[in-house]
Amino acid sequence: MLRRTLMTTAAAGLGLAILGGSAALAQDKTKACFVYVGTIGDGGWTQAHHTAVMKAQEHFGDAVEFQWQESVPEGADSERVMTQMALGGCNIIFTTSFGYMDPTNAIAAKFPNVKFEHATGFKREHPNVGIYNARFYEGRAIEGLIAGRMTQTNKIGYIASFPIPEVIMGINSYFLNAKKVNPDVELSVVWAYTWFDPGKEADAAKALMDAGVDVIAAHTDSTAALAEISKAGGKVIGFGQASDMAEYKPSPRVTSIIDDWSPYYIRQIQAVIDGNWTSEDTWDGIAQGTVGIGEFTGLPDEVTKEAEALRDAIAAGSYHPFTGPINKQDGSAWLAEGQTAPDGDLLGMNFFVEGITGEIPQ
Amino acid sequence: MDFGGINPVILVASLMVAAVPIMLAALGELVVEKAGVLNLGVEGMMIVGAISGFIAAVATGSPVVGFLAGAAGGAVLSLVFAFLTQVVLANQVATGLALTMFGLGLSSLMGQGYNGIKPPLTGKVPFGPLADIPVLGPILFAHDWMVYASIALVAGVWWVLRATRLGLIIRAVGESHDAAHALGYKVNRIRLMCIAFGGAMAGLGGAYVSLVRVPQWVDGMTAGAGWIALAIVVFASWRPWRVLIGAYLFGGISVLQLSLQAGGSAIPVEYLSMSPYLVTIVVLVIMSSGRGRASLNAPAALGQNFHAAR
Amino acid sequence: MLRLEKRPNPSKFWQYGTPVVAVALTMIVGGILFAFMGKNPVEVIRTIFWDPIFGEFAFYLRGQLLVKAGPLILIAIGLSLGFRAGIWNIGAEGQYIMGAICGAAVGLAVYPTESRLIFPAMVIAGALGGWAWAMIPAILKTRFNTNEILVSLMLVYVAQTILAKASTGFLKNPEGMGFPGSRNFSSFPAAANPELIAGTGIHWGVIAAFLVAIVGWVILSRHIIGFQIKLSGQAPRAARFHGVNPSRLVVLCMGVSGGLAGLAGLFEVTGPAGQISIDFNVGYGFTAIIVAFLGRLNPIGIVFAGILMALTYVGGEMAATNLGLPAAAIQVFQGMLLFFLLGVDVLTNFRIRTAILGVK
Repeated sequence: MLRRTLMTTAAAGLGLAILGGSAALAQDKTKACFVYVGTIGDGGWTQAHHTAVMKAQEHFGDAVEFQWQESVPEGADSERVMTQMALGGCNIIFTTSFGYMDPTNAIAAKFPNVKFEHATGFKREHPNVGIYNARFYEGRAIEGLIAGRMTQTNKIGYIASFPIPEVIMGINSYFLNAKKVNPDVELSVVWAYTWFDPGKEADAAKALMDAGVDVIAAHTDSTAALAEISKAGGKVIGFGQASDMAEYKPSPRVTSIIDDWSPYYIRQIQAVIDGNWTSEDTWDGIAQGTVGIGEFTGLPDEVTKEAEALRDAIAAGSYHPFTGPINKQDGSAWLAEGQTAPDGDLLGMNFFVEGITGEIPQ
Repeated sequence: MDFGGINPVILVASLMVAAVPIMLAALGELVVEKAGVLNLGVEGMMIVGAISGFIAAVATGSPVVGFLAGAAGGAVLSLVFAFLTQVVLANQVATGLALTMFGLGLSSLMGQGYNGIKPPLTGKVPFGPLADIPVLGPILFAHDWMVYASIALVAGVWWVLRATRLGLIIRAVGESHDAAHALGYKVNRIRLMCIAFGGAMAGLGGAYVSLVRVPQWVDGMTAGAGWIALAIVVFASWRPWRVLIGAYLFGGISVLQLSLQAGGSAIPVEYLSMSPYLVTIVVLVIMSSGRGRASLNAPAALGQNFHAAR
Repeated sequence: MLRLEKRPNPSKFWQYGTPVVAVALTMIVGGILFAFMGKNPVEVIRTIFWDPIFGEFAFYLRGQLLVKAGPLILIAIGLSLGFRAGIWNIGAEGQYIMGAICGAAVGLAVYPTESRLIFPAMVIAGALGGWAWAMIPAILKTRFNTNEILVSLMLVYVAQTILAKASTGFLKNPEGMGFPGSRNFSSFPAAANPELIAGTGIHWGVIAAFLVAIVGWVILSRHIIGFQIKLSGQAPRAARFHGVNPSRLVVLCMGVSGGLAGLAGLFEVTGPAGQISIDFNVGYGFTAIIVAFLGRLNPIGIVFAGILMALTYVGGEMAATNLGLPAAAIQVFQGMLLFFLLGVDVLTNFRIRTAILGVK
């Protein structure tokens, strides 16, 4: 029995490896595949990825074949989808949600000839796995500056999704850069505990406005918050999130953080075509175009100029949104004068900076 | 008038808006259940109503047409359920769940190409100076017309069920379909019409989400409102005015927990977000304890299919 | 005019014939839908129904069918007992989540101890977690006559909130750089539920599903409890005369379905899913309700229904990836399949007669 089991194991393992290999060799056209967590029409995260894929498809034309799968649950289902893609001859597979981290590494081990790219995670356990993310906190800094300058009530708000480093980083960057130009500013954070629930997002925006907040940034994906803000009759402003949300121009949407993964996708697929793809940990920002800053609209000229200058300084690398001295919320020192935050600190961020009054739900 | 950083007037005014979709859907489901049918497909009918209404409103530029189309969309989908459960006598629980799955997929297909479009604005009812009355103004006189329409619908359903012959027939069918049949009523036809009404109301609620609450189209945008509507029906023990109270309570708690956070209260979020469900359970227990099924007002034939032997 | 006439006994022929008719009808109507969307209907239907079992990659996908069907079958069999007795537990999703959390918590509490006892202890904790969560509506029902449909449904949302809390709080991986999600069980062998035979997809959950199907069949057809369950569903009054205690039956049926849902959650979290995360549950608890009915509340039928359901997921995914169909089209197709399966069942219990006009 044991012997039999062992033999089937070997046979099956071999089958996978050989098929994976031959499928990759058999074709001359490069195939790039994408695993999406939401639907293409979610208006946020997945839509941004798919828009980038469409741009890449335009860029490569017939040279590259593209495939994607929508609404793939994290966990066992994603492993199956990735395996199907690898078996089906994909040369590079992009997995576009944090929850795909362990599955991506597990499947990558079985298909050493296929390249895997995992978004927003931190594990690279195999030489054929790369990871990529965007420095969205750079965009938050610009939103923070605008918030600090534009608020009349000195109350600014943030609709947060889940208490994870990505979100906490955004909150801190937003607050620090608002505080820099307006020391009296106070921040209210509302945890919606969802990435996507338009009704709740609208309610959250309304709750913030009712509490006197007049600049609202959102870390949730739909335009519901902006729609709610627009009912305030110009007294409150907000920002586009994930996409430009241009339909709310010129106000209440005064600028936006646009997720634009296309430069990265084009670069990595090209590397596969050229045969010089290597496993990297990429964290691109405004400079590389991954974090796009939407047109500034409906702002006074001097604020627009200041925001543009900040954007350019971040892109040029002359300004880092987390530059010391910065203390943690409990008053303990984090960054010394002039010191900038190491990437490791940011990626694992689990504390608010000094001056934020709320608490992070632990 | 501030309690813990929250202005109760604004809170009430916003919960009235937040409650409209679940109130409409629950009201429809109440009629369906009164007729003895359990349709768990509310979420599916809502989302199809949301996209139908959105498409129609964008195409015609008229929110009114949008709401009508939303109701029609929900009703048409509910007819699938009605056919399966009333004509070929399929199980109601399973068919309802399948309806939700189908509706979510269908709405997403219909909605392709409608992302990122703004629908025409649903206007507020002009009450003029009335809206400026302190306290009462923002609560009573500062809403869009659907808020008032939904309350009127509650009153209408209450009146029909309580005081009309039609209401009597619906209740008879829900209490004992055999007796109703013996009296000469066409049980399945009556139920079919109730199901269509339920679908229309769910569709109307969905259209309110896509045309007023959010207002735009995104996949899966009703985000579970249909399930909450189902809860409210039982919470209300099948009484229309209690549906209104239940919807306000549900809408109220979800608005309140966000307002408390915005106001800076250090209340653990996760307990607040589960509180509406816990409150519903507690209320259910209180209402049903010790007094038996009759006091719960549940239709006796709920969930049972009827086939006329002759 | 067509009318239905109740058969004295369910038709044996149609009992087996209806699923075939339903699948055929779905293929035709679904094919029209796919053709309307500009795809080759034959190719799409082949990709969904044929390729996962006999296609090029069937050696891998057949196992995946079992992985997908396992939890569905396990939960659906538990639910079917209650459904037969008229006890409506529609909160299996919550019990599934709680089973996963309790089981995982036991395992993670002793990390990184290596002992043969850990996994069995987790299995027990998982079943208990699901059982306890189902006991809430069960006891509220027996003590206060509270509607179990609603309470069990409400508890799904409560469980989801607890899940979010677990993955961002008390079960969070201490080495996860602050990201949500527990440790991955694949790196904790004593607590893991791996593929038992490589390439087949079979893990303990799949084995449990088939065992439970057999046990369920025996209980329903041979055991007094099975008789009591069936009697309570068909004739509650008669059941009382036969000495069936309705409260005990509620506690039993809810407990069994909750426990099995909890088991399914535990096997899933330690095996295919690998870890507790915010979105760890993917709706098996709800889909299982449909599976239970598709299987005609019969354990053997449920096994086939679970595999058919898994086929539409796995095959549907392939159609979406390879042929560029939107995921929504697959969802619509699945919905249609369910409608047809539920609808044509009428032929089992009824004859269709053409009535002469004017005669009723």
